[in-house]
Formats: sequence, C-alpha cells, structure tokens
Amino acid sequence: MNAPDDLLPRLTALAGRRFGPRAATLGPDEDFFEALGIDSLQALDLLTELEDAFGVEVPDYELQGVNTFGGLAEVLRSRL
Amino acid sequence: MTAFLGRTLSWDLRERVLEVRLHRAPCNEIGLQTLEELERLVDHLVGGGGGARAVLIHSGLESGFCAGADLRALHAGLKERREQGAPARALRVARRVATRLGIHRGEGLAGRAAERVHRALVRQAIGGFIDRIHRVFDSLDTLPLPTIAAVHGPVFGGGFELALTCDLVVADKSARFCFPELRLGILPGFGGIPRLERDVGNAVVRDLLLTGRSLGASRAHELGLVSQVVPRGRALEVARRVARQPLRFDPEVLGPVKQFAKPLPARRLAEERRRFVRLVAEPRVAEALDDFVHRTDARPYLP
Repeated sequence: MNAPDDLLPRLTALAGRRFGPRAATLGPDEDFFEALGIDSLQALDLLTELEDAFGVEVPDYELQGVNTFGGLAEVLRSRL
Repeated sequence: MTAFLGRTLSWDLRERVLEVRLHRAPCNEIGLQTLEELERLVDHLVGGGGGARAVLIHSGLESGFCAGADLRALHAGLKERREQGAPARALRVARRVATRLGIHRGEGLAGRAAERVHRALVRQAIGGFIDRIHRVFDSLDTLPLPTIAAVHGPVFGGGFELALTCDLVVADKSARFCFPELRLGILPGFGGIPRLERDVGNAVVRDLLLTGRSLGASRAHELGLVSQVVPRGRALEVARRVARQPLRFDPEVLGPVKQFAKPLPARRLAEERRRFVRLVAEPRVAEALDDFVHRTDARPYLP
C-alpha cells in the first residue's frame, strides 16, 4: 500500500515519463489537459498506467471533471 | 493471392498464418471502405486463404487497435441524406399535395410525412450496412481456423466487436475496451452484446453498457475476455507465437471442435440488428453525432 503522501510525486513522475519533462514540473492545481495539450485518449492511457502502477481500478466516470494531478491523486487515494 | 494491400487494411501469409494489419488513420475507424476490404478478406479466407491455417488481426497504427465505427462518415451520410436527399423531395411533394387539397395545417402534415420517409430511408441504408457487417463478422467468428486478435490502445465500439469475433485476444497493457454507444443513443450494432454475453457473461455487458466505462487490459484479463496481457509493444510478437500453436493440430479435427466450442448466438444477433436499426434513425442520434463531430474540447471520449 502506498503512503498517501508520496502519491502525488509518484503520479507526477509517471506523467513525466509518459508526456515529457513538462508534465513532471506541473503543479497539483494546473490543468493538465491545457498545460500538456493531451487529448482524452492520452488521458485514458495515463489512467491505464496509473491503474497498473498503483494496483487499483478506476472507472472512467470517476475522472469526470478531473483535470489536475491534485484531483487525480484524490481519486487514486480514494481507491487505495 | 497470399498478400493484399488495401486502403484500410492489408494481409500476408507468414508461416501459414494470415496476418491482417489494419492501417486506416487515425485509429482504424470502420466505414464503407473498411467493410469492403473486410468482405474481401472473408472471401479470401472462405476460399481457402491461400493455405492459411490461422488468422491474426492487429493494427499497424500506434494510435490503437480500432476506435470503432467511422462516426464522421455516418454523420456526413445522415446530414447529406437529410439536406439533399429524399426528405427534402418528400417535403416538397407533401407540401404540393397538401396545398392542392387545401388541407388545413398542411405544412405540419407534410413535415411529419417527410420525417417518416427520412427515418425509413435511414433505416434502410444503415440496415444494409449493418447486414453486411454482420455477414463479415459472423464469417470471421465461425471460420474453421483459429483466429487471434493482438490489441493495444483503444478497442472501442466496433473495434471491440471486431476483437470479439476472434477466438483469442492478446492484449498489450495499453489496451482499453469500451462500449460507448449509449452516449450516441444507440446500442452496439456489430454483434458486441451477444458475443460478449457468450464469451464472458451478461454482468460484464451491463457494467460496460450502463456506465460507458472502459476496462483496462488487466481487468479484461481477470474477466476472461483477454487470453494474455503482455508488456507495451509486445502483443503482435506474442500473438504470432500463440497463432503457431494450433498448427500442430489436425485441421480436420480443429475446425469442428472450434465450431462446437464457439456457437454463433444467431438469435441474439438478429435481435440486436433489429434494435440497432430502429434506434439509429431517431433524431437524437443525429444530434449526438453532430455534437461529437463538432466538439473541439480534448475530452470527447471520456464519459
């Protein structure tokens, strides 16, 4: 089980590997769709990576309105 | 003919395995051209497949296996039909008749008559397309050879339904399976529900349909939908090894055994077709398609 405190840095690091160094420097409240120019299919791909990395299952609808790493970390935390 | 290069897909025979590669950008959306080339593939296989003993279907595009039916083509077709086709003519004729007969509120009657004509024609046109899709998918489903799908990225809608015609699915970790059709006001129309019911069960069908959620490869594997999950970029290579295994068996035995193990859910498929064709002519579908093709935000695939 992951300690909730390291969840955000792990998530950011993973996004950095997936979407380039800009992603790794993104603040928890920045809109990643806008900042990284990613589309919904790339967002789903990130979701797949997160599910694998954290060993959780997150239905897509849990991501409705989620557009920041802070928000994403909250969703993951609720599933750990 | 052991090799074919089409506009949406190609195939070649490698060590007695017919490898079919989808290659229509952006993500192998299935429209008329794909259908025609799939029909050609089925004709080839039914005619012996040049000695093929197994079939492997995969995508040559990085974007994914297949994002489903070509919604942009469907939208354009419906729009053209409405704007230039029979409904406009039907409306003109109905107006003339109403005026000549001096019918009170003739305009409203003419409009409703034209709308009925339009829906009937949409049902006829899309019904014809769906009949052809069903023939091709049923043929793939019941081929007396082992069929393997190697999938990655989006395996959505019609793409999911294509994968479901295959005997085994090898999934790259990036694969995601989804039935987004209810968002458009329709149900999956390429045989998806009956096949997923047959292969996995109705609880999974309901979970996917009623929430519109997608399943990752690992979850799909746990459910039995996927035979193997492999690291990113390795599905084709693993599927090639899988496809070679049944070559050791006598095809005279393998064919009938497969047919016994994989019955075609014909009654449910016919029912699905009937329901799909009825729903697709409803105005809400045209509106949802219009919304889909005009969306400029980055999230059209999220539920």
